[in-house]
Amino acid sequence: MSNYVSEIQAEQVSTLSILAADGTVVNEAAMPKLTDEQLRELMSRMVFTRVWDQRAISLSRQGRLGFYAPVAGQEASMIGSQFALDKEDFILPSYRDIPQIVWHGLPLYQAFLYSRGHQQGGIIPEDVNVLMPQIIIGAQIIQTAGVAMGFKLRNKNNVAITYIGDGGTSQGDFYEGINYAGAFNSPAIFVIQNNRYAISVPIEKQTAAETLAQKAVAAGIPGIQVDGMDVLAVYKAVADAAERGRSGGGPTLIEALTYRFGPHTMSGDDPTRYRTNEEESKWETKDPLIRFRKFLENKGIWTAEDEDRVVEEAKEAVSEAIKQADAVEKMTVPGLIDTMFEIAPPHLEEQKKAYLAKEGE
Amino acid sequence: MAQMTMIQAITDAMRLELERDPNVLVFGEDVGKNGGVFRATEGLQQQFGEERVFDTPLAESGIGGLAIGLGLQGYRSVAEIQFFGFVFEMFDSVAAQAARMRYRSGGRYNSPITFRAPFGGGIKGPELHADSLEGLVAQTPGLKVVIPSNPYDAKGLLISAIRDNDPVVFLEHMKLYRSFRGEVPEGEYTIPLGKANVVREGTDVTIITYGAMVHTSLTAAEEIEKEQGVKVEVIDLRTISPIDIETILASVEKTNRAIVVQEAQKSAGIAAEVVAQINEKAILHLEAPVLRVTAPDTVYPFALVEDDWLPDPKRVKAAIQEVLEF
Repeated sequence: MSNYVSEIQAEQVSTLSILAADGTVVNEAAMPKLTDEQLRELMSRMVFTRVWDQRAISLSRQGRLGFYAPVAGQEASMIGSQFALDKEDFILPSYRDIPQIVWHGLPLYQAFLYSRGHQQGGIIPEDVNVLMPQIIIGAQIIQTAGVAMGFKLRNKNNVAITYIGDGGTSQGDFYEGINYAGAFNSPAIFVIQNNRYAISVPIEKQTAAETLAQKAVAAGIPGIQVDGMDVLAVYKAVADAAERGRSGGGPTLIEALTYRFGPHTMSGDDPTRYRTNEEESKWETKDPLIRFRKFLENKGIWTAEDEDRVVEEAKEAVSEAIKQADAVEKMTVPGLIDTMFEIAPPHLEEQKKAYLAKEGE
Repeated sequence: MAQMTMIQAITDAMRLELERDPNVLVFGEDVGKNGGVFRATEGLQQQFGEERVFDTPLAESGIGGLAIGLGLQGYRSVAEIQFFGFVFEMFDSVAAQAARMRYRSGGRYNSPITFRAPFGGGIKGPELHADSLEGLVAQTPGLKVVIPSNPYDAKGLLISAIRDNDPVVFLEHMKLYRSFRGEVPEGEYTIPLGKANVVREGTDVTIITYGAMVHTSLTAAEEIEKEQGVKVEVIDLRTISPIDIETILASVEKTNRAIVVQEAQKSAGIAAEVVAQINEKAILHLEAPVLRVTAPDTVYPFALVEDDWLPDPKRVKAAIQEVLEF
């Protein structure tokens, strides 16, 4: 028996997985109770998201999108985690987590407007409980502690979920947020999408911690590591965490082991500078779509026709959303001024008038 | 009417708002059982319970994030930063998050938060307790910044700040907490944010100031009137962002001379902003340049040199003399 906490923890963390890379079930006991229809829906959403991502990358290259962070490879952790939520649960995303908020109800064209930097991208419909993606690494973690506490104070049966990358766990706000949620026993779910690189810095240079899940220990909350390329494992971990939160059990930290197939963002990142072909190929064999497709095909509930249909639907939906985004009136400086305060103070009214006069010319 | 110190008036404002609106929450470090290190929240936890008035873990950024998240759930947080010098630890929440919530969401969400914090020199405190950092927050779009100078204003302004749907940084000068009492109505009343107060009328020179420097300026004004018959008008800004330029202009148009007195260091601060606005809108009314009386551009010093470092009535009178003799 060691007196060192680090040695004790290293023995305790094992990775939750349900599907092997060939789609066979390796952990029947953990298999979530999902209907065939729900399983097909999970697959549809992952395929849809992959197509949307490919289209977004190409639109970005054409200059028809603004800031964009590719998501391919991370569909299982994104889609699986959102699928485990209720509509009234609140999502506080990080910069890459657009799929979760879209599947939670944010219209796709608004995601594109957000990408272009148009304010209307952030005017979230009343019945959709999400924030727009956070840019400051870690700010969403402390805010999630607040949203979750709000649910608790209002006696609502809901959870707040947030996402951060492996690099983000080095931020002070990461610890402050999980510690606050733990101290107040608030129904928060913190998902670390450990895709192994914070832009170019590998996890080995990020921390000496053996796992990121074990960071939960310092905050005194449950932590679990899951196979983030396995949509069922992610679903299961988040569903359990949500159940824990709803029943007064407080927050959970989930580390999802995943990989982004593309660059960090479309703004000039070149992953060949810091990753090897061998590594990328190795992770491609763990592709969450291939694995889950095999599982569904083995069950006889997914066909090539299903796949083709979703691909076509996705292409059409993306084109439609871009058209809708293009049709939105362009953002103006007076409109921007109007969103600084509920009621603009005199100096802003004055500045607004100057811009209205300029735009009237 | 009751006689209250400024800190009692501040407690009174929070009590009334906690009573009036179940969405108001008060939290921070030591604000619960201990009633705050200055006793600003004395008795509130006993009266309203641990769900509405509570201690947080010792992490300022967490306090800021908590307030923002609770705001998304419709709560109005009165979040205490134990000393404003610690704001750097939560500056992202104050300046980059709460202040931009309306912008980021196109007006869909807001941050109805009052960030309360003690600050201000002359009390011989440790490092990073007294610093006048109001210029940093005043420069942030989307924030209102309030600094009361007396018990009556403190209560009325704090009630307005709590009811405001936008984030307000509410700074309480530590030297004013208990240095005098003033008349404070017992019930609720508000003083609008963004409105200055002419605290002394005069015809010869206008002093524009705020916080503890209101008292320094009033002392200087009284002394110079006795000594030389000069009649000084003193304007207490009360809200330093946005600045009430209308009140300043009306005064400068009458007196034709102005000085700005601030406790903060000289460069790029509130005083500079006031001078710039007077310059833009009233230059033809001026008989002399608008001068600043401020602390020097150094870090806030250790206690031994504090009294010398801070602006005092003597320096204010010298500036008045200078604009009169220009």
